[in-house]
Amino acid sequence: MIELQGVTRVFNVGDTQVRALDGLDLKVDPGDYLAIMGPSGSGKSTLLNILGCLDRPSSGTYRLDGREVGTLSDNDMADVRLHKIGFVFQFFHLVPRLTAQANVELPMVFAGLAPSERAKRAREALGTVGLSGRANHRPPQLSGGERQRVALARATIMGPALLLADEPTGNLDRASGREVVELLERMNARGLTLIVVTHDPELGQRARRLLRLVDGRQTNESV
Amino acid sequence: MRAFDFLYYAAGSLRGHRLRTVLTLLGTAVGVAAVILLTALGEGARRYVRNEFAAVGSNLLIVLPGKIETSGAAPIFGGTPRDVTLADAEALVRRSPRVRRVAPISLGQAPVGYRERERQTTVIGSTPDLLAIRRLAVGAGRFLPDVGTERGGPVCVIGRTIQRELFRTENPLGKTLHIGDWRFRVIGVMADKGESLGMDMDDVVIIPVATGLRVFNRTSLFRILVEVRTHEQIQDARRDVIAIFMQRHEGEEDVTVITQDSVLSSLDKLLITLTFALGGIAAVSLAVAGLGVMNVMLVAVSERTSEIGLLKALGATRGQIGTAFLAEAALLSSAGGAIGLAVGYAGAGALGRIYPALPATPPPWAVVSAVVLSAGVGLIFGVVPALRASRLDPVAALGRR
Ligand SMILES: Nc1ncnc2c1ncn2[C@@H]1O[C@H](COP(=O)(O)OP(=O)(O)OP(=O)(O)O)[C@@H](O)[C@H]1O
Ligand SMILES: [Mg+2]
Repeated sequence: MIELQGVTRVFNVGDTQVRALDGLDLKVDPGDYLAIMGPSGSGKSTLLNILGCLDRPSSGTYRLDGREVGTLSDNDMADVRLHKIGFVFQFFHLVPRLTAQANVELPMVFAGLAPSERAKRAREALGTVGLSGRANHRPPQLSGGERQRVALARATIMGPALLLADEPTGNLDRASGREVVELLERMNARGLTLIVVTHDPELGQRARRLLRLVDGRQTNESV
Repeated sequence: MRAFDFLYYAAGSLRGHRLRTVLTLLGTAVGVAAVILLTALGEGARRYVRNEFAAVGSNLLIVLPGKIETSGAAPIFGGTPRDVTLADAEALVRRSPRVRRVAPISLGQAPVGYRERERQTTVIGSTPDLLAIRRLAVGAGRFLPDVGTERGGPVCVIGRTIQRELFRTENPLGKTLHIGDWRFRVIGVMADKGESLGMDMDDVVIIPVATGLRVFNRTSLFRILVEVRTHEQIQDARRDVIAIFMQRHEGEEDVTVITQDSVLSSLDKLLITLTFALGGIAAVSLAVAGLGVMNVMLVAVSERTSEIGLLKALGATRGQIGTAFLAEAALLSSAGGAIGLAVGYAGAGALGRIYPALPATPPPWAVVSAVVLSAGVGLIFGVVPALRASRLDPVAALGRR
């Protein structure tokens, strides 16, 4: 499903160049569960952004479902993000003035779905993450774990094939972190390809595969 | 993305910043209200002038002695014209079937006195028909007697100001009034009239025209007011009048015949220009309000950087983000426009109640352009912020917290 070949991402900061990713090769099959670990600044988020079509490689190729996506137009990239990819962030990134349900509805708004259809699907998704009773709450009225579960419902509402999570438990206590991880894994069990960036070794061990990055390069990959 | 969703999103983010929203609304509202009010004023002035003319009668010709070249701003008299006489005035009624009646006018300034009180005022010499032609009314007593144009008599009709100033509480009827060295018997007092065509009709003394010519030692009339039977005949009647004068003045066209219409239309043009100018000035304040909208939207973009990044990560296209911000700006300014419209109309209405003589109604073109402008201001000044929002790099935008 995912095929990276010699992907390099270079940032120009003043007149120095930062190689956030340095000739990375990676293959991920459909339904896989991959954890990415490594020290701070090793390029984990950069890799996730490229995988999520938020950023483009400076060189190298990225094929998603057989299609080269690194060179797509902005609008086509947006379309890939909308239909194929779901994001979960460390800081949740919910829109604070919108209710939980409205937050979940956002991707469907961009897809142009009818309001009644949106509401129905959003409520179902909130039910799946155990938040049926919180549909009309705004993010500030929700706990961290609840917010991350709303974000998870939103990330999966369009039925993506790939779910990308950047330190999804980084801001949660153990218990709610555990709940979120269980939800993620349950979705993975149903066929969703899951890629998680984490600093938590325990979470890293739970994944089927572990990718270790140092200075934008792979150091080992365990199965 | 559906149109309603754009609006809903825009409205939602506007609600989130009440004070900022209200201030920007105010800016646009003031601009639109200014356009409406100022053009209403200009239009009111125009209608006021129109009404004034209508009050005098729209089928009026004015004959002035001498040929005036009316091309320039200041009239230029050519040669020494022949006198315009009472016989000329009578000939007009006799010879043109289109002329209903005429009022020959002689005019002068003279000291007018009653006992020890004296006042410098305008003395008009005319005939009984002046009453109908200038739509005047007598308050007490009667108007000039119908004794034939050539005959005068030492009688006068006074305006309300003269009555107040010279006679105070006394009944002026039957009293003797001095005009210069002449003595007149007061036979009537005019009803209140006020300003009419730039002349205070309350501060006048009216005497028979023949007497007037004698008092001021003139041979020529000041002018002749000619009332035409119907408004449609006015141009034909004008030709009649000129033809009659040419015949009587040995083939020379040495009088000027002004139609009410030509005076009115040049005043009208002037006032329309004035209204446009006022509207233009007010439109500048709308443009300033547009800068306010732009500023607010730029702040909104930078405040919502991470939200925009998030929306992009969720699959929103550049176009959708740009449109959402444009919708927000347009919503802001057209709501402001609606408020301004209401305020402007209310203001114009209040003005109309305070000065009933000034019918201050905004002209339709001003209302339409104010509304279009206010919506347009949002769209135009919303473009820059919308472009900035749509071009944000999602990764960089998300990274900021
Ligand atoms: N937009 C950018 N401009 C310049 N340099 C950048 C940019 N984004 C990332 N970098 C650099 O690229 C390198 C990798 O950054 P990245 O965010 O991928 O690290 P990370 O592994 O996610 O770290 P952390 O665990 O702290 O989140 C870092 O050295 C970072 O400074
Ligand atoms: Mg990171």
